[in-house]
Amino acid sequence: MLIDRTALADLALGAAFLGSGGGGDPYYGQLLGEAELARRGAVEMIALDALADDALVVPCGWIGAPTVSVEKLPSGREAIAGLRRLEQIFGRPIDAVMPIEIGGGNGLAPLFAAAQLDVPVVDCDGMGRAFPESQMAIFNIRGLSACPSVLTAACGALTVIETDDNLTHERVARALSVALGGIAHMVEYPLTGRQAKDHAIGGSLSTAIAIGAAIREARARGDDPFVALCAALRGSGLYPHAGVLFDGKIVDLERETRGGFSIGRLAIESFDGQSRMDIEFQNENLIARRDGEVVAMVPDLITVMDRETADSITTERLKYGQRVKVVGSAAPPMLREARALTFVGPAAFGFAEDYRPIEQLNAWDDL
Amino acid sequence: MRGHEVVAWTKQPTTAEVSLGVAAAIDAVLTQAGVQAQAISSVMIGTTHFANALVERNRLDKVGVLRLASPSGEALPPMTGWPEDLAACVGRHVYLLRGGYELDGREISALDADAVRQAARDLRGRGVDAIAICSAFAPINADMEERAAAIVRREHPRASVSLSHTLGRLGFIERENATILNAALTTLAAAVIASLEQALHAIGVEAPLYISQNDGTLISATQAAATPVLTIGSGPTNSMRGAAFLTGVKDAIVMDVGGTTTDIGVLSNGFPRESSIAVDIGGVRTNFRMPDILAIGLGGGTRIHLAPELYDADDLGADSFRVGPGSVGFRITEEGMLFGGATLTASDVAAAQGHVRFGDPSRLPPLSPQVRAAIWTRFQTILEDGVDRMKTTRGDATILAVGGGAFLIPDALKGAARVIRPPHAGVANAVGAAIAQVGAQVDHIIDYAKVARADALQAMRDEACGRVVAAGGDAASAHVVEVDEVYLSYLPGRAAQVRVRAVGDLVGGRAPVAPIAESGARHAY
Repeated sequence: MLIDRTALADLALGAAFLGSGGGGDPYYGQLLGEAELARRGAVEMIALDALADDALVVPCGWIGAPTVSVEKLPSGREAIAGLRRLEQIFGRPIDAVMPIEIGGGNGLAPLFAAAQLDVPVVDCDGMGRAFPESQMAIFNIRGLSACPSVLTAACGALTVIETDDNLTHERVARALSVALGGIAHMVEYPLTGRQAKDHAIGGSLSTAIAIGAAIREARARGDDPFVALCAALRGSGLYPHAGVLFDGKIVDLERETRGGFSIGRLAIESFDGQSRMDIEFQNENLIARRDGEVVAMVPDLITVMDRETADSITTERLKYGQRVKVVGSAAPPMLREARALTFVGPAAFGFAEDYRPIEQLNAWDDL
Repeated sequence: MRGHEVVAWTKQPTTAEVSLGVAAAIDAVLTQAGVQAQAISSVMIGTTHFANALVERNRLDKVGVLRLASPSGEALPPMTGWPEDLAACVGRHVYLLRGGYELDGREISALDADAVRQAARDLRGRGVDAIAICSAFAPINADMEERAAAIVRREHPRASVSLSHTLGRLGFIERENATILNAALTTLAAAVIASLEQALHAIGVEAPLYISQNDGTLISATQAAATPVLTIGSGPTNSMRGAAFLTGVKDAIVMDVGGTTTDIGVLSNGFPRESSIAVDIGGVRTNFRMPDILAIGLGGGTRIHLAPELYDADDLGADSFRVGPGSVGFRITEEGMLFGGATLTASDVAAAQGHVRFGDPSRLPPLSPQVRAAIWTRFQTILEDGVDRMKTTRGDATILAVGGGAFLIPDALKGAARVIRPPHAGVANAVGAAIAQVGAQVDHIIDYAKVARADALQAMRDEACGRVVAAGGDAASAHVVEVDEVYLSYLPGRAAQVRVRAVGDLVGGRAPVAPIAESGARHAY
């Protein structure tokens, strides 16, 4: 499939949803992609199956604060510089790139790199949504190394990170992103084609495009975009359960510090005032309770959306008074395996509750 | 107006030459009130003229764009994502120059004074006199933009310079877009302001002229000529603030019922609650703060879809009629049944129910009481649903009903503690323009791990109020109306981008004034 301007816009809509409130607004990523597509034409997307076992596949993405990335814009040479250095290290050309995370702006990042390097982008990613830290990628969960990894910035600075410990890699990369002005590009977890086929979350890129298209087409027809979104998620196979968890307006929003982390709490009240949803977030939305009962928890997706337009609202942009719908979706099955939950389940974010799948919490199995 | 009192009012059609309509309006109110032109202490104007120029691509200047951020941002040149015709209209005179700041205040690169000088000479040679300058993180530190502007003015004395930090907040592309649009309005703004001042002079009004901004505060005509883009969305803000002023109610839901829609907004502490969605102006994305308005499809001209054979039915099922879609809008005086037309409208039903008297009721079809009640009840449900969707506090709200179709709002509405119908509601827009306040905004990035939050916020409050006084505000009345914190997620520490907005009464702004809302087209941004 070729990713053209329309598919790019759909991808931006879909990736924003899959961010589960995190990953930043993909608008600037979309502009970057449009500028590059205008210069070089559409980018080819290939399926995981199309990779040779010995292919070199490289995940790309930005590390740092989305809020900074809307003021300090990329030079456009970050991705290519990092990828070229990786080619030097491996002594061979890169065959394809992929997003390290599909959620938020990073879902669009590899398109720019793919266009510049003239390689395809693979229909997969490493997180199936957005997560705050690099070691939450499925590749770390499955025991692969993040290194060699290359971090680059608009100023031209380039750093190669080499370590056996993926948590150390995350800490070094995070500190570098701060030193480089709060936003940097990173290539990490270089994979063979075999590793990508065994461990990447396949189909997430095309799913993001499909759900974005579903929202766009529903809007154009005057249909309910939430119905279309949930149908597209369920139809993808990757996000097999989805539904609207709540409909109301934001009546409270507070942020506090707990154990060195900034934790946000969001309260939404139904229009009749009879019901309430509380969401805790920390970069992404992590746990949602309806009238005190948990109805969704990480790694399942919880996205707050404008109830009229079905635009996803990132946690930075939540505001008192917004009229919203909260949409929940099952995470891809690979993220719900027992080992994965130790890295990306509720406990990894400091919650005492054991993970329970969203379809059980909402009795969606019966549907 | 004298203090809170409306002494005289008029509505005059917008003229192609704006100043003529404005002069006619002032003349009319002076005659009506029996007031001498010399007695007017200030004139405030809210206008959609500049928004229309952008939408119509009319009378725009060629713009030279100096971006100070390189190497950052080279992947996204200025005007990326703009409609092609508008970009062509302002030309592509773009210079990507070294400069700008990082998040922590370091320079991305030092300002290249030679390159700025060269660009200015180049633009002078090409006859491009409107210049937009935008540096990374300029809302936090404006120094580099000011230095670049000084160089440009030396090399190109004829140039008018628009600086991004005077126009917008963080969000580089949106702020740069606003700066370019502002520069494109340079010649038009100067001409319109000069012609308004001449028109006032010609009828003997020598009072200072103010223009209202998007957030409802005022700037002097001289400032408005330099920052016209900040005045383009004042219409809805002025209507809502005018309604608050006329009633003395500061927290309420304003329902402005027009011919086609009812626009519902929320007043909080006298100011409209702002929308969090990016605002497109002429197809260009900006981050201006505009009121959060919910438009629902019920107005005085809304079509009622009901088969004529059911007009006198004894019972009307919920599915046997629809309210909208569609409206006859301002053609109601031709197409509405009250006026002998053939379309059953919301106004016809309201008149049949006895909620309003106009037109010729004898021309109404024989609607049975059950039919009238069923339709009227549906109106209430639609309006109540809209109120529900906008309300953010539990309990019943105060409703301010304005606009030509306000008769559709009953005195008792579910969710409403009371419904107030302000006097002079038809000119609420102009009254809103006259609320003589000036505003100022301060934008910083603060790491709460290093500075205590309370101390940091207090310092910003003081700074914002200080700027209000500097802008002509009265120190005693200056107060903070909004604090907005955005935490920088995915970064260690507890840094937040904080914006504080303050307003104050204009010094001497409570004497007789002549407010004017000049609106060719509403919501034209």
